[in-house]
Formats: sequence, C-alpha cells, structure tokens
Amino acid sequence: MNLEIVGITVLWTFLFGYVIVASIDFGAGFFNAYSVFTNKQHILTKIIQRYLSPVWEVTNVFLVFFFVGIIGFFPKTAFYYGTTLLVPASIAIILLAIRGSYYAFETYGTKGHKGYSFMYGLSGLFIPASLSIVLTISEGGFVSLVNGHPVLDYWALFTSPLTWSIVVLSLTSVLYISAVFLTWYANKANDSAATNLMRKYALIWALPTIVTAGGIIFELSMHNKEHFERIMSFWWLFGLSFLLFIGTIWLIWKRRNYGLAFGLLAGQFALAFYGYGVSHYPYLLYPHLTIYDSFTNQAMAISLIVAFIAGLGLLIPSLYLLLRLFLFNKDYVKGKTKNHP
Amino acid sequence: MVNEDALFWSRILTETTLSFHIIYATIGVGVPLMIMIAQWIGIKKNDEHYILLARRWTRGFVITVAVGVVTGTAIGLQLSLLWPNFMELAGNVIALPLFMETFAFFFEAIFLGIYLYTWDKFEDQRKHLLLLIPVAIGAAFSAVFITMVNAFMNAPQGFDIVNGELINVNPIIAMFNPAMPTKVAHVVVTAFMTAAFLLASIAAFRLLKGSNHVYHKKALFLTMKLGLIFSIATAVIGDFSGKYLAEYQPEKLAAAEWHFESEENAPLILYGVLDNGEVKYAIKVPFALSVLAHNDPTAEVIGLDQFPEDEIPPLYIHYLFDIMVTIGMWMVLLSFVYWIGMKRGWPIVHSRWFRWLIVLGGPLSIIAIEAGWWLAEVGRQPWVLRGLMRTADAATSSNHVDLMLMLFAGLYIILGIGTIVVLSRMFRRNPVEKELDDLENEKGGVRT
Ligand code: HDD
Ligand code: HEM
Ligand code: HEM
Repeated sequence: MNLEIVGITVLWTFLFGYVIVASIDFGAGFFNAYSVFTNKQHILTKIIQRYLSPVWEVTNVFLVFFFVGIIGFFPKTAFYYGTTLLVPASIAIILLAIRGSYYAFETYGTKGHKGYSFMYGLSGLFIPASLSIVLTISEGGFVSLVNGHPVLDYWALFTSPLTWSIVVLSLTSVLYISAVFLTWYANKANDSAATNLMRKYALIWALPTIVTAGGIIFELSMHNKEHFERIMSFWWLFGLSFLLFIGTIWLIWKRRNYGLAFGLLAGQFALAFYGYGVSHYPYLLYPHLTIYDSFTNQAMAISLIVAFIAGLGLLIPSLYLLLRLFLFNKDYVKGKTKNHP
Repeated sequence: MVNEDALFWSRILTETTLSFHIIYATIGVGVPLMIMIAQWIGIKKNDEHYILLARRWTRGFVITVAVGVVTGTAIGLQLSLLWPNFMELAGNVIALPLFMETFAFFFEAIFLGIYLYTWDKFEDQRKHLLLLIPVAIGAAFSAVFITMVNAFMNAPQGFDIVNGELINVNPIIAMFNPAMPTKVAHVVVTAFMTAAFLLASIAAFRLLKGSNHVYHKKALFLTMKLGLIFSIATAVIGDFSGKYLAEYQPEKLAAAEWHFESEENAPLILYGVLDNGEVKYAIKVPFALSVLAHNDPTAEVIGLDQFPEDEIPPLYIHYLFDIMVTIGMWMVLLSFVYWIGMKRGWPIVHSRWFRWLIVLGGPLSIIAIEAGWWLAEVGRQPWVLRGLMRTADAATSSNHVDLMLMLFAGLYIILGIGTIVVLSRMFRRNPVEKELDDLENEKGGVRT
C-alpha cells in the first residue's frame, strides 16, 4: 500500500462517517417537520431533540475534516474543485450555516414557530442534494480546461440524467438511513408510538433507495464507460451490500433487533460506498486528476498521517465517552435526566 | 491571466467572512477560560453566585459557538473556492497545522456537548469543571493552529523552489516560522482580553439598568481584574510583534508608522493625516520608533525608501495601527483605575459615567481586534505569501464571485441579528434575580 492510498482511504472513511451521521441529522429534521405538518408532532419531536442536542456540532466537524484533509493530502484538488465548485459549494455552506445556527438558536435560546421547523426540515434535503453534485462532477464530462483554467458547464450538468439520479439517491438514502436509526433509537427509549411511526417510514423509503442506487449504475454505463466497467469488476461488493439491505428490511419487518438492523444498514452503505470509491480509483476527477498526480510531497504526507494517528488516539476515547453518556445511556435516552445547561 | 473582477470580489468576500468570523472566534477562544475561572472560584469559595455566573455565561456561549462553527466552516471552504492557487501551494507546505486544527475542533465539540448536558450530573462539581478543560484547550489550539498558517503567509519558510518545483518541504519548519511566536501569543492573549472586557460590559450594563444585585458586582470585579492582566500582556506582546516586524517585515512596520526614510533615532508618529505625502497634525514621540523596533533609542529603522514602489503596502494601515494601540492603552488605563479604585474605595468607580466607559470597553476591544487583523493582512499586501505569491495571482477565475458575495452578506446579516435577538431575549426572560430565587426554593423544598 502506498501513501496515496492511505491518504484517500482516511479521507473516504471520514466522508463515510459524515454521510451516516449527517443523514441521520438531515432526515431527523425532515421527519420532524413532516410530523408538525401532519399534527403528529407529539410522537416524534422529543426523541429527535434528545438525539440531536449533544451531537450536532460533532457532525459538522466530520465535513470540515474531509475538506481540510483533501487539501492537505491532494493539494491540486484546490485548483480543480476550488475553481469549479464555487457556486454549488457556497450554496451548501449557506444552507448549512442557516440550519446549524438556527438549530442552536432554537434549542438553547428561545422557541421559534412552525415556519422554522419547515425551513429546518427542507434545508436538510437541499444540503445533501447540493453536496452530492460534487460526486456527479467527479465523473467527468462537465469540466473542461479553458486557457488553463477549469470551467464548469452548468447547462450540461443540470440537464444530465446522472446528476438528477444522484440527487434523488442522496435524498432517498438520507431518509432511509435516518428512519432506520430513529426506529432503533425510539425503541431504546421504549417509545412504542415513535418506534412504529419510524418503522413505517423506514419501510417506505427502503425501496426507493435501492431502486435509485441501481439506476445510477445504469446511468453510469452511459455517462462514463470506464468507471462502469470497473464497478462491474467489483460486482460482488455491491452484491454483498444488497444482501445486507435485505437483512435490514427483514429485521425491521419482523420488528426484531433494531440495533442489528442499523448495523446491517451501516454495512450495506459501507460496502457500496467503498465499492464506489475503489472503482473510482485512481481518478479524483475524470479524466483530469488522479490521486497520483495531485498528491502532496512525501514529507507532508508522512506528517499528516502521523498527526492523524495521534489525533485518533485523542478522539476515539472522547467519542466513546460521548456515545456512552448519551446514545447508549438508558436514562438519557428515556429522557430521565435533566438536560439543560 | 488575472480575472480582475473575480480578484476584486474574492478580496471583498474573504474580508467580509473573516471579519465576521473573527468576532465569534475570539469569543469562542476567550470565554471558555472565563467560565472555567468563574466556576473554579465558585467551587473554591463555595459561592453560588460564581457558579451561576459560569452557568449563565455558558448558555450565551453556546449561541456564539454555533455561529462561530458555521462561519468557520464557510471560511474554511472559501479559502479553497476563492484562492485555489494559493491553497494548492499552501496545501503542500502548511497543511499540517490546518489539519491539526480540525482535531482541536473535534476535541472541543465533543467535550462541549458533554459539558453542556452534565451540569447536574455530578455530586462533585470539580469533576464537571474538569470537562471544561478540553473545551478551553481545544478552542485555544484552534486559534494557535490557524494563526500558525497565517504566520506562514507572512514569513514563509520550510521549502525551496528550484525551477518552479517545490522541494525539500519540511512541515515542522514551516509551522515554526519567525512570525509564529509573537503572532500566536498576541492573538490568544487578545482573545482572552476581549472576552474579559465583553463580559465586564454586560455586568456594567446590568448595574446601570437598575439591577443592584451583588451578583453583577462580583462579575464586574472579576472580569475587570482579568481584563487588566490580559490587557497588560497584550501590550507587552504587541511590543514584541513590533520588533518581529522590524526584523522580518520592515515594509509593514514602515507603512504602519509612515516612516518614509531609513534613519537612526527614529521618532514614532501617532495619529495625524497624510496630505500629498506630507504628515500633518501628528504627534511625534522622539526615539520611540527606534525603541519599539529595536529596544534602542539610537537604532536605525528601515524606511519605505528601501522598497520598490509596487511592494509597498497601502499607507492607510497607519490609522488601523493607531486605533489598535490607542484602545489597548486605554483599556489598560481603565481597568487599572477601576482596580485601584476598588481597593482604595474611590467613589468614581461606582459612578454612572465610569460604568458607561466600562460598557464601551467590550465593543472597543472587538474594534481593536478588527483593526489589528486589517493592519496585519493589508500590511502584507501585495503579497498573499510574502515574497513568493502575489494576491492577484492567487485568486479564482470564476465569474460568479459577486453573486456569492451578496448571498454571504445576507447570511451574515441574518446571523448577526439572530445572535443579538436570541441572546438578549434569553437573558431578559430569565433574569438573575429570578434564577437565584428558584435556586433558593429548590433548596428549601423537599430533598430526597
Ligand atoms: C484587543 C485587541 C488588540 C489590542 C488592544 C492590541 N492588539 Fe495588536 N493585534 C491584535 C489585537 C490587538 C490582533 C487582532 O490579534 C493582531 C492582528 C494579527 C495578529 O497577529 O494579531 C494584532 C497585530 C499586531 C501587530 C502586527 C503583527 C503582524 O502583522 O505580524 C502589531 C505590531 C501589534 N499588534 C502591536 C500591538 C501593540 C504595540 C499594542 C499596544 C497596546 C497592541 N497591538 C494592542
Ligand atoms: C480572522 C481574522 C482575519 C481577518 C479579519 C483577516 C482580514 C483580511 C483582510 C482585510 C485581507 C485583505 C487585504 C487586502 O486585500 O487589502 C485579508 C487577506 C487574506 N487573508 Fe486574512 N484575515 C484574517 C485571518 C486570516 C487567516 C488566519 C488566514 C489564513 C489561514 C487568512 C487568509 C487570507 C488570504 C488568503 C488573504 C488574501 C486575499 C486578500 O487579499 O483578500 N486570513 N485578510
Ligand atoms: C486567527 C483567526 C481565527 C481564530 C482565532 C479562529 C478560531 C476559531 C474557533 C475558536 C472556532 C470554534 C468556534 C467557537 O468555539 O466559537 C472556529 C471555528 C472554525 N474556524 Fe476559525 N478561527 C480563525 C480564523 C479561521 C480561518 C482563517 C479559517 C479557515 C481556514 C477558520 C476555520 C474554521 C472552521 C472550519 C471552523 C468550524 C469548525 C467546526 O466545525 O467545529 N478559522 N475558529
């Protein structure tokens, strides 16, 4: 294994972490808004608030880690992606900023009104949609070099079926991941009404998720043959991922072992995510940029990896403490401890 | 090929975002230490008031952290979006502290989450206080690491460029550049100073607005004392910053001091205006610039005549320097008078006008922070990496920066107003008197 691969694996792992924790967060916001809209607020809001409160800032750091890390390991990405992503990334940041700060204003400050819940729920769908554009762009065909500067072709981007299927996948998976997690969380809180409602949502969003995921592979076969063929050579990864998907659905259907169901879901997404990543190798941006020609120098790479290992030594125990105290603490989950500063 | 429009708007957008972020970042670095001190005193003296002080500061702090986090995320991405050429080069040499900064954030975020939700969990308050230490350390180190990056922009080292190729990169040498010690120390200490005076402002304001509770008096005395200590430290380290400039970035110091010709026994020019290259209405302090630069009244100080026309920073940074130093000295004086006055029982420190001056101190400190950063950053121009890369060559070539500027400006207006409204509502609805009564009732009530 060379340093390039170590670097991209670290980054990809943090991106995966972000996809899972942020999906739970975004989906929770949406379900909360939906329950306000359909007057089922009393069932969901408490559970969702209790989960989100202590962790929202941690979620954001996963994203920061990814984009700071990628500049460190692959500085050339700043040139290609920095120039082309100005508009979509700025929109995502603005939405993230409004969402994050108004969450804090509402939770720690003063209670807002209904309109706020809707904004919060909706922004949770727009953010994954705008961030997922990056994956589409990385497939190539939308960026060309004009006078040595990368330029993004917005028209081609927004008329491509690939773009829209990736956007739809990001939405369905956000809702699916979030629903499965919240089913488990509500069940731990012995809140059967919330469990049943979330279980229903999980089952509803399962099929669209898997259909859109399949759809993307089909779209890719037309958009980027090279990548499609590499995906096919890793068919077994995606096959395994599908089996895990069936496992999750089965458990949820049978109302059994929701914790394991969420574990299987994480496995399903991990396999698909790494499968996609491995098949994308070695390109960061088809066909302009690979992990090899964008890599930083040896000295920086080694010091980043050392810093990373030292950092993990600090983080893993702290994260464990956080999870112990909140996610896995029975009294906290059931709302028995007072939770205000 | 430089896209002039994109360059111009990128500058404005970067300046706007950083100037907004730095307000929250400064509070984020300074306030955890203040909370820690208050809670510690509360535990030691077994005084409910200090504990409540820590608690109420924490509640306000969470709101400012939230805005700090989201605006920080914005600037983190914007650096790559607006200055791709700079980040490509910087990524190769100075990515290490940037990367370590994310760990500091992580650490801070995790323990802040835990600290907030464990106020009544521990029998022994000291255990709860322990949880705040990683928050304060994480916040301070965010500032340390990001300032290292900024120091590198002022004094780049730790690599060689041979035939346009970057070789011999050493990230550690790049991190520990000559600008680092004074810059990091000055930034961290000014954050502590600003946090202390901001909190003093609030206490003084409550006293002026009719509450005569001893709670506010304790808060005021504590924060002014801390403010005195940190403002003295600020002035001392600021003096070292001047000596650093004299040695490594003489053009910045010369522009800030309107020091046009190299000379010995250089006087310090305070205030004044520049009229067709002539300094008018200024106060000249003989020998003071030589002392500031080299600790020697006769030493030679390099002037702007030593630099090519197109490498001289804008001369308006002189005003920024004056604003910063004046505020710094003023705050030392104000907090010193307050402290002596309290010791000696001078009545003026309890007068309304004196309290209004203290109220003014918080906003003034923020103005000093802004002036200081503008001085440091504009004084580095035309370079983004001093001596290596011009700002003009670093910018994006994208054509949509002006539109993004409008969107972000709108965002900052919303966030700024939101912060003020939420904070003032939060404390008005739950005044100290009420909270202290509630505490009494809880104690008097049935205990299990
Ligand atoms: C509360 C804010 C505050 C106050 C009262 C002062 N400063 Fe300051 N100063 C800063 C806040 C600041 C800052 C915002 O932290 C800067 C901007 C960049 C930096 O490194 O620190 C800064 C920069 C800065 C620089 C430029 C450093 C560089 O570009 O590398 C010098 C020479 C000084 N300061 C000197 C002083 C002196 C002699 C002061 C006398 C009291 C003083 N400062 C008070
Ligand atoms: C947070 C406090 C800061 C403030 C208020 C601030 C403000 C400014 C200002 C006013 C300029 C414009 C100078 C000019 O164009 O005339 C500038 C330039 C710049 N700063 Fe800072 N700065 C801060 C910290 C930093 C840090 C820590 C970094 C790097 C990690 C940084 C990166 C840059 C870059 C890349 C530029 C060049 C672009 C430009 O000239 O606008 N700044 N900054
Ligand atoms: C010297 C000036 C700066 C200081 C002192 C500073 C300090 C801080 C602090 C303390 C926070 C945590 C929020 C809080 O507790 O309030 C924060 C957030 C953040 N800052 Fe800054 N910052 C500075 C400039 C910058 C610059 C130039 C960047 C861009 C590289 C940046 C990137 C970030 C990011 C990404 C976050 C959010 C982290 C998260 O998600 O938790 N900061 N900053």
